[in-house]
Amino acid sequence: MTPELGQLALILAMLLALAQGVLPLIGAWRGNRALMAVARPAAAGQAVFVALAFGLLVWAFLTFDFSVQYVADNSNLALPWYYRIAAVWGAHEGSMLLWVMILNVWTVALAAFSRQLPEEFLARVLGVLGIVAVGFLAFIVFTSNPFARLLPMPPDGGDLNPVLQDPGMTFHPPVLYMGYVGFSVAFAFSIAALLGGALEQGWVRWARPWTNAAWGFLTCGIVAGSWWAYAELGWGGWWFWDPVENASFMPWLVGVALIHAQAVTEKRGSLRAWTILLSIFAFSLSLLGTFLVRSGVLTSVHAFASDPRRGLYILAFLAIVIGGSLLLYALRAPKVAGGKAFAPLSRETVIVIANLMFTVAAAMVLLGTLFPLIGDALHLGKISVGPPYFGFLFPLLMLPVVLLLPFGPFLRWGKSEAAPLKSVLLRVTIAAVACAIVAAFFVDGQAKAIAGVAAAVWCGVGTLLYVYKRWREMPRGRRYPAEMAGMLLAHFGVGVFLVGVLLSESLSVTRDVRMAPGDTQTVGAYTFRFDGVHATRGPNWHAEQGTVTVLRDGKTIDVMHPQKRTYPRGQVQTESAIDPGVTRDLYVALGEPMDPNKLEGAWALRLYAKPFVRWIWAGGLFMMLGGFVAGADKRFRARRAAAKVAAEPVLPAKESRA
Amino acid sequence: MSRSLPLIGFLLLVGLFGFGIWWNTRHDPREVPSPLIGKPAPEFSLPLLDDPGKTVSKTSMLGKPYLVNVFASWCIACGEEHPVLMAEGRTLGVPLVGYDYKDAPEDAKAWLARHGNPYDMVIADQPGRTAIDFGVYGAPESFLIDAKGTIRYKHIGPFTPEVIERELKPLIAQLKQEAP
Repeated sequence: MTPELGQLALILAMLLALAQGVLPLIGAWRGNRALMAVARPAAAGQAVFVALAFGLLVWAFLTFDFSVQYVADNSNLALPWYYRIAAVWGAHEGSMLLWVMILNVWTVALAAFSRQLPEEFLARVLGVLGIVAVGFLAFIVFTSNPFARLLPMPPDGGDLNPVLQDPGMTFHPPVLYMGYVGFSVAFAFSIAALLGGALEQGWVRWARPWTNAAWGFLTCGIVAGSWWAYAELGWGGWWFWDPVENASFMPWLVGVALIHAQAVTEKRGSLRAWTILLSIFAFSLSLLGTFLVRSGVLTSVHAFASDPRRGLYILAFLAIVIGGSLLLYALRAPKVAGGKAFAPLSRETVIVIANLMFTVAAAMVLLGTLFPLIGDALHLGKISVGPPYFGFLFPLLMLPVVLLLPFGPFLRWGKSEAAPLKSVLLRVTIAAVACAIVAAFFVDGQAKAIAGVAAAVWCGVGTLLYVYKRWREMPRGRRYPAEMAGMLLAHFGVGVFLVGVLLSESLSVTRDVRMAPGDTQTVGAYTFRFDGVHATRGPNWHAEQGTVTVLRDGKTIDVMHPQKRTYPRGQVQTESAIDPGVTRDLYVALGEPMDPNKLEGAWALRLYAKPFVRWIWAGGLFMMLGGFVAGADKRFRARRAAAKVAAEPVLPAKESRA
Repeated sequence: MSRSLPLIGFLLLVGLFGFGIWWNTRHDPREVPSPLIGKPAPEFSLPLLDDPGKTVSKTSMLGKPYLVNVFASWCIACGEEHPVLMAEGRTLGVPLVGYDYKDAPEDAKAWLARHGNPYDMVIADQPGRTAIDFGVYGAPESFLIDAKGTIRYKHIGPFTPEVIERELKPLIAQLKQEAP
């Protein structure tokens, strides 16, 4: 009975979303306050019913209700309870439900924390979010019902995709979705601004904390996904330019551009149309990501379901939402180039350059991701572009961004003096060159590693110089407002990230070896001794587990246990063993036995020493933290009166915050 | 006009995606077409595994269709495929030629001795040069070659009874009708 209740809850939620999507927009258009007032209760009601449906699906998993097709497909009696909860979003139907629930979380948060917004504006924002929710709820109800029954009920279910049975995976999709879906708020704000016309100047300020928070979640989700790919897939890489990774990376890149463009628009009134366009792009790319994963248009390790009917539905939905927004943009985007003019040497200029680089990078990733499809369409045969394409173009596009990064905070809005910048240039150059020379002795003159040290010092020292400048010049308590602290954290994170990427890529040592028990292999300063393989088992898998002892200078520093797990349906999953460290990771993945009938014999093993690889994710976490801290600035929560004042021109020469 | 550019770009994308959905309903996205299908098989001349003094060449095989199955003793998936070939190999009605790929002859012989030998003959390509001409991705992989020496069918990965029943057997029946 409960699954039917869940389905009913979804239908009710869809109807409420319809009310939330239609009535407040009409109300805002006709000036009808009663209709506008529908927005909040409808949003709250929808959230309650979606949460109820979600809860019922969790319950069905926890109680092994295999009469529900989705539960039977994705769980079994042996699956531990925490993976049964994660299984709720482990496949198509449930992950769509999670998508909607997270959209509801954002909508309710927005309704709760937006008392300062003008009534009409809020009605429009919630209305737009309602329309998005209608699209997804109708998608679930009509094409992807998670509560569909399976009769007769099987005694036991299938299994959750073993790739997903990892602690990192329980948490990666919800966080990633928080980011994806969070861009819907910035999107709704800009659509509401387009609908409302040029009357509302303050909307960018209100949109900023939401954009920053969404971007922070997206960063966290991507970091978690990258970390999981590293730990779980056994390939030792941290980024593969896989279509689904790209799908999350494109909104991230546009999100970076959006965060900076919003700062310009809010502070200076310029780039208004561009900011609106970027808000539309960021959310469109999130939707596109969903489309690419769900429609089976592109095949990827991640793609769970490929069903042309679903693909067509999402395509129609995309066409309506994105096409409609862009049409609205074409008709209503601010006509005049508003805002303060800026000189070539100004903070605006560098932000515009960085914006272009990030947008072009996102377009480059989109082109590369869609290339197989373009190849089919133009009858060029099966082609796909891989890491060589991305790996060449992406750093090239990011190089100007990295070079400009230290100067951004030092530049002033409007017009900047050259002298202070020269001193910054001198200092970061000296620091970067000095560190690069020292590093050259440690890395055997490897160009990429030296470049990594130099680039990281360039960004890191540049950021710290600004921290020092604020410390010296500003009175206590006003040195680092949250918005600026967030910016500095994120910029510092770029430096940390660069250390991780360039050093781990250039200095990593990989060995594919055949080892019999007792054999040793030396990788850098470490000696790996293979102590054989024995069988072991977990709650729902059995595995061959290798024992590898790592020695340094004759002393044992770790005993590692890489596994090769076999799950009930026969899927094989490697669990690599990692010995983590600040300056290096040691990583062992178990390959195949040399003789399938002699497990106690020799095995193929893959051994890695990866210097500084952890800094990649540390850098990402700094960026995430930056997004959250900046979004938490009190200034964004100021009442409407304050917003009006801020919309007034700021004196060009006045030092203002990032 | 410039404000309509994003919309126009997006409509092109929608067209591309619509095409993608349509295309996928007609094609298996996993298929990797072999450029060699319908083309003459590359010239080859390889020694027999059991008798390296004798060689088998494309010319010597002309006149009747045959199935070439690329395998190796080091290949795990070949072990999965092996029982299928043992069971079905004799029922195909065409010679089954084992193609031992990048393998030490002793290892291959030991492997066949242990698991059984489903092949009518086994040719050995220890350096793997000829496999490049055939466009071999990895083992196992199989090529059906007709009486005129043309590659008619290629299967990547292990054969399963279903694939043999659904794809291979109808094609063999057709080749037999074509053959003089």
